[in-house]
Amino acid sequence: MIYDVAVIGAGATGGATAYMLSQYKLHTVLLERSHEVCAGVSKANSGIVHGGFHHPSDSLKTQLELRGNALIEQLQKNLHFPYLKCGILVVAYSEEELETLKKLYQRGLDNGVKDMEFCDRKRIFELEPKLTANAIGGFFVPHGGTIEPYMYVFALIECALKNHVDLRCDFEVISGDYQDDVWLVKSADGREIKAKYLVNAAGLFADDVSRKLGAEDFKIFPRKGEEYLLDRNCAGRPSRVVFPVPVKHSKGVLVIPTAGGTTMIGPTAEKVEDKEDTATTQSNFAKILKLTQNMVEGLTAKDLITSFAGLRPVHESEDFYIVQSPVRPALIQAAGIQSPGLTASPAIGEYIVKLLAKSGLALKKDPAFDGTLPEYFESRKLTDQQLSELHASDPAWTNIVCRCESISEAEIINAVKRGHTTVDGVKFCTRAGMGRCQGGFCSAKVLQIISRYSGIPMEELTKRGGKSRILAGKLGSLEVK
Amino acid sequence: MARNCYDAVIVGAGAAGLAAGSVTAASGCSTLIIDRESRSGGILNQCIHNGFGLRYFKEELTGPEFAYRMSQKAQNAGVEFALDSAVTDIKKLDDGTFDLRILSKHDGVRHINSRAVMLTMGCRERNRGAIATPGGRPAGIFTAGTAQKLLNCEGKLPGKSAVIVGSGDIGLIMARRLRWSGIDVKAVIEIMPHSAGLTRNVVQCLHDFGIPLYLSTSVVRIDGKDRVTGVVAAPLNDDRTPDMNKAFAIECDTVLFSVGLIPEMELAKKLGVKENPATGGAEVDSNYSTSIPGVFSAGNVLHVHDLVDFVAEEAEYAGKCLVDYLVGAKNGVEYNSSVLKNLKYVIPNRFAPTQDTRFLFRPTVVTDRAVLKAMVNGESVWEKKLLFVRPAEMIIAEIKANTLAGDVTFVLEEI
Repeated sequence: MIYDVAVIGAGATGGATAYMLSQYKLHTVLLERSHEVCAGVSKANSGIVHGGFHHPSDSLKTQLELRGNALIEQLQKNLHFPYLKCGILVVAYSEEELETLKKLYQRGLDNGVKDMEFCDRKRIFELEPKLTANAIGGFFVPHGGTIEPYMYVFALIECALKNHVDLRCDFEVISGDYQDDVWLVKSADGREIKAKYLVNAAGLFADDVSRKLGAEDFKIFPRKGEEYLLDRNCAGRPSRVVFPVPVKHSKGVLVIPTAGGTTMIGPTAEKVEDKEDTATTQSNFAKILKLTQNMVEGLTAKDLITSFAGLRPVHESEDFYIVQSPVRPALIQAAGIQSPGLTASPAIGEYIVKLLAKSGLALKKDPAFDGTLPEYFESRKLTDQQLSELHASDPAWTNIVCRCESISEAEIINAVKRGHTTVDGVKFCTRAGMGRCQGGFCSAKVLQIISRYSGIPMEELTKRGGKSRILAGKLGSLEVK
Repeated sequence: MARNCYDAVIVGAGAAGLAAGSVTAASGCSTLIIDRESRSGGILNQCIHNGFGLRYFKEELTGPEFAYRMSQKAQNAGVEFALDSAVTDIKKLDDGTFDLRILSKHDGVRHINSRAVMLTMGCRERNRGAIATPGGRPAGIFTAGTAQKLLNCEGKLPGKSAVIVGSGDIGLIMARRLRWSGIDVKAVIEIMPHSAGLTRNVVQCLHDFGIPLYLSTSVVRIDGKDRVTGVVAAPLNDDRTPDMNKAFAIECDTVLFSVGLIPEMELAKKLGVKENPATGGAEVDSNYSTSIPGVFSAGNVLHVHDLVDFVAEEAEYAGKCLVDYLVGAKNGVEYNSSVLKNLKYVIPNRFAPTQDTRFLFRPTVVTDRAVLKAMVNGESVWEKKLLFVRPAEMIIAEIKANTLAGDVTFVLEEI
């Protein structure tokens, strides 16, 4: 068959594009190089729903950021991904910072950010009592907060699939030929698909993909951001996202109350060469901790659960690169989607649909489109009565597998049934293994459950697909020297 | 389940919970022990090596054997069990009793009322994330205990060639266990100048197998994208920073972390139990009572012990104190105890001067001759000579009633 659109890359941009396309009578396919969706840039970031005050008003970034901010709030009502709409507090800790902050506040006003509030010292402490004493003023943006980025992308794609979008994982695009108005796209493992239009949402690899499709040359630079996750009992968890006054190339180091209930500090911003270099360093933790301890009280090294690094895909222009390809007209490029890309993603999806229409794709709304997902139960959030009712039909709801995050067996089974068969996939879908023991206690049980419900033998299960096997075989299979 | 009210509810059916429950039940208190797992015994069930019980049972047992005996003892004393059950919340009620919310696949949600609570939840392993070991996040990184469970309980190999980070007892035991499974153990790497494990384990698990132990050495990077491909380690300079000029790489597909244990205190925190920052466990008096009357704590959730035998002894005593509390005995606690020199902590933090008291200490120094002194009002009122002091080995001091007539500070002096 010939698809109308093939979207390359199942992250936030690709997922949102697929979701937007699924509202029309189209045959759409989503292609992902990893074993599961949301495995790259979109998985490892700060998870901020930005407020729309960081970038100039005439920029596409700002328009998409503001529109995306509103769309995320709407989408959440139907897709039920966790969204902590706690608002964003930008805080100045010196007179000099206060001057820069006033300019940023003015930019927010110019951009049309809704309900912004300039705060004197007294007011910022009302909004966030955990700020350190050297905070002198700031401004508050109520329409913003944090999402769990992977859960958001999972929801978008799950909804797109429900509306007949196809998904091909482990599909690494190695070539694309455009002949007689049809693209023939080939993957590393020999599979092929045909499509009338392509969307390049390949994140860090968008430049490689563009070249493989015979389109224009551009360069994506990875810029690494290390983040540090703190225990859910951390005394320094703020009730707002706390931003410092931004610096060049970065919105600065934040204190983030995650939608999942933990606290995160970061990110760093460091240019790296390797697009797969997500290694963390020790010196950066000390640096980030010190910076954030100057912002918020109660953050300690003892609270550290784990650290991770994500890579921002930076286009050479430092801006989003979302255009119809000047070389290959049946190709939409969506590259350089760094911050505020997650916030902007649903608006980017909409914008890409418009670009596709402009290049000739016929759009007809699908009356059968169903933009809702069921609200999946989470045992830790249920009342005794709800749990008793669920237990009566399935005892797995009251069988707690992950003790640190209180995740039940039923939630893990659901994740497997929803298509997550890797340990990381299940972790990002349910939070099992994401808490303070980092899977120390539950990983053997989680492996058993995934194996039982996916039919994959325990020895073949992976952390994130490919060669990332967790185990090396059965006891007794190695020769003892 | 027949009843929902107990005199004593014990959270955790490891060695501590079983020992405490045996005492409370034998004294006629209705006792329920709750545990997440399907069988009692806790982590002992995955410790299939021997070396347990020499002190408590006067014979050498494996972990599961020790667990079985403790469990039999508890059952014979009349303890009831709620297994496959997680305590998700605990509250103190206005009448001084406690409400515990329990989830299990058997009974759904249950609330249990208890007059007193014994916290014996044990500890968890500190992991790679908590110590921020730099590098990538490939598959093949486990805590030593997780690898032990996979190998001993699931019959699965965690890898084929391993480096062990940290020389805690579980790491040392696992070095030998991996070797016996055909896994090539390349090295054990310890950041401190001495092993964090018992001397007997260094000898029996490393020396006997020719496994190198690198002391004062830090793992500066874990390599690998899909699966671990190796680690880079570097010896420490005098200022404890890694000397990168002497860094060396070791190829392996697995990294085990054995870098310390942390008491599983989260449930206690929900109750508002006061924490002892030096142990990560609760502050207790010489009756093993926490800051909340009716809540007791013992075993590894109180402080990390080197031997399960000590855990059982301590928990038995704590169980006896819980019974005293239920019958309204006066506890006589008056004075505070603290530590200063060369000691990390003392248990208990408060004591009754009119009773014999067992004080437990964790030293911070390695020395072959030292004296432990109890100072009251600036004067040494009790002393004990010690011939072999290691951070991995707990110091026990039995001090007779009426020796300490005031707040006491313990010091450990090298001689």
